[in-house]
Parts: sequence; structure tokens; C-alpha cells
Amino acid sequence: MSVPFTLLGLLEREPSHGYDLKRDYDSYFGRSKPLPFGQVYATLARLSRDGKVVPGEAEPGDGPDRKRYAITPEGREEFETWLGEPVEPEPHLQTILFSKVVLALMLGRSAEKYLDTQRAAHLQRMRSLTEVKRAGSLIDVLLADHGLFHLEADLRWIDMTAARLPSLAAAVTS
Amino acid sequence: MSVELVASDVRPTATLIQAIDVAYDFGETPALRGANVSIREGEILAVMGPSGSGKSTLLHCLAGILVPKRGEIRLSGQRIDTMSEDERSTLRRDTFGFVFQFGQLVPELTAEENVALPLLLSGMRRNDAIVHAREWFERLGIGGLERRRSGELSGGQAQRVALARGLVARPKILFADEPTGSLDSFTGEVVMELLVTAARDDGTTVVLVTHEPRVAAYADREVVVRDGLVTSLNDHATST
Repeated sequence: MSVPFTLLGLLEREPSHGYDLKRDYDSYFGRSKPLPFGQVYATLARLSRDGKVVPGEAEPGDGPDRKRYAITPEGREEFETWLGEPVEPEPHLQTILFSKVVLALMLGRSAEKYLDTQRAAHLQRMRSLTEVKRAGSLIDVLLADHGLFHLEADLRWIDMTAARLPSLAAAVTS
Repeated sequence: MSVELVASDVRPTATLIQAIDVAYDFGETPALRGANVSIREGEILAVMGPSGSGKSTLLHCLAGILVPKRGEIRLSGQRIDTMSEDERSTLRRDTFGFVFQFGQLVPELTAEENVALPLLLSGMRRNDAIVHAREWFERLGIGGLERRRSGELSGGQAQRVALARGLVARPKILFADEPTGSLDSFTGEVVMELLVTAARDDGTTVVLVTHEPRVAAYADREVVVRDGLVTSLNDHATST
């Protein structure tokens, strides 16, 4: 679900071939699930159709993909909006948030701002669940507890990531 | 006095206490480097942040325990950082309540004498102070423990006694520094529930220093202290 935005982010860094995009995606975001070539080109075709990227002229050489894709102003704006929005606070958000943090650092932006946005969204959700607990039945309390502990685990990850931002920035921009 | 609107409520509430550009250092080590925060009357504010970020120092400056090296602390618009030590001591005794991580009960006194202490220091007669103190044992679910000494109390019981001591004099502001930090999750939740209920019932403003998100979730709002500066997370918040 975040593949198109991730590719837009990689293209904001510099115009790239599909092959380069797959290599960078797999190395940072797809370690346990590499992106199939077919999905890269299908996504680029959709982004191109929607005016988010433009393909350059085909370059001479071997291989199926010799076009270099560049992000358009519209694509840049969409990526920027996606980057700044907090992810819906629920378990298993780390993959998307991790992508946002890495892309922000790659592009020389403050990832701390995005982590703070997410932290605020998480705490807001935790406040709502705490209110549910205070007014609810024992069943409500148990269900809210489950949500609260998962959200807290996310927040611990956010705190640890915030503490590691300088070294992470060095790793993704080297 | 400045007036702000609470996001979830249309009633205007006044700023009760403010830190304005506050700096404090421990020798060569800066703890606060220009911290700003405003807390509204009746608000429960969570102050979060990593260890060593300056959050406890901020609480101590707001509570008049430490005097900032630079900047101002204002209570209802009046500067308290320029008061004498005696004046600040009176303010802490009559206007503020405190709860710390480890309760810090006086071991030689019984639980009810610990709770009565702020009233005794304010000049109330002993018998009256003990009567007032005992009301809080029922209110906080620790009836029957009045005559025990701190060594005979569990961590959760001791922290409830400490909470009663912090609230018995009906302070305008309760300063709570990691009030559940030494407790397990369940006991910590009981203490927070009591703290928040008592504060809401009495309209007490609470400044709550914590590194635990589940504790911060009891607050109306949270700020993060980072490298001696205050960041308001709610500036970035969106509705969820």
C-alpha cells in the first residue's frame, strides 16, 4: 500500500531506472519481501498515467527497462502530503513509519517531526482508550488494555528510533 | 492574564502557571535551555521525555524548588522566581502539592501522620489535621492503614498515602514526578485513576512528569522535553 509513495520518495531523491528503484527498495524496505520487477513497472506505469512521474526517452542498451523516470511537481506534492500524515495508530504500523523515517532522512528532512506527529496520534488514541477504560465494563477494560499495550510498544519503537536518528541518517545517506 | 481555549471544551480557562524562556544548569551541564510551557487552570499536563532531558528540572522550577538561572516562572501572572526562599517555601506549602516516585514518606510517622503533615505545617491543630487526613484514606481506598508506618506498607499502598499527602491541603497545583515509576502496571493504573479522579473532582491542576505513555494518556495534553527545550506534540496532532 505504500509502494507507490516509497517509489515517489526514491524518485524525489533523483531520477532513476526501474532497476535502480527495485534495488534501493529491496535494500531498505523489502528485505523480507523483495519487490517483483513486474510490480515496479506496473506501479511506474500507473504513476505515469496519473501524472506523478514522467518517463524519459528510452536509452540504448540491454535489458527491458531503459527509461529513466522523474517525479513531477504533482507527484512531489502527493509524496509530501503522505510523508506528513500520521499512520492510523494500530499494531503493525512500523513498516510504513519506518519507510517514512528512512525516506525523510534520505531526502535530508527532519524525521523527528514525523515521529512527533505519530507520537501525538498514538497518545491521542491512547487517551481515547483510557477514557473507554474509565467509563466501561470489565470487558471494555480488557480490550482497551490490549490496544494500549500494543500502542505503547509502537511508542517505545518511536522513542528508540528518535534516539537513533543521527546514526540512521548517516547509514542511509552514505 | 492570558486566556486560552481548551480544544475539547468551549469554556475559556486561564493560564495558571507558566515557564517563560527558562534556563537552568547544574554547573557545566545545561538542563534547561529556554523552556516555555503554559498550563491552564484545571488542566492535567503530562511532561514526557528521555532520561536526562530536563523534565524533572522543569517541574522543580515550576514548583519553586529550583530558581531558574534565566527566564521567569509565573503563577496566575505573578512572578515566583523572584520571591525569597521563605516566600517560595510558603507557596510550596500552601498552594502546591507533591508526589514523588518513591513516595518519600517519613518513616518515623504513621501513615495518617504523614498525610496530616502539610496541614500541621500550615498551622492546623493536630486533632483537626488527623481528622482531615483520615477522610483521604477512605477516598483513596486505603482505609485501615492509618496507623501503619511506611515500612509496613506495600509500594502501591505507600504511593496512595503519598498521593493523599499531596492532595490533603487542597493544593491549586499537584506536581507529580513519576508517581507510578516504582509500581507494576496494574497498581500504577490504580494510583493514576485515583489521582485523576481526585484532581478532576477538586479542580486541581496537575503537572505530571512521566516516561510511560500509558500514564501520560490520563492527561489532557502532553509536552516533550528534549535537550532542555519543550515541544508540544499537539502542535502536530491530527484527529484520529
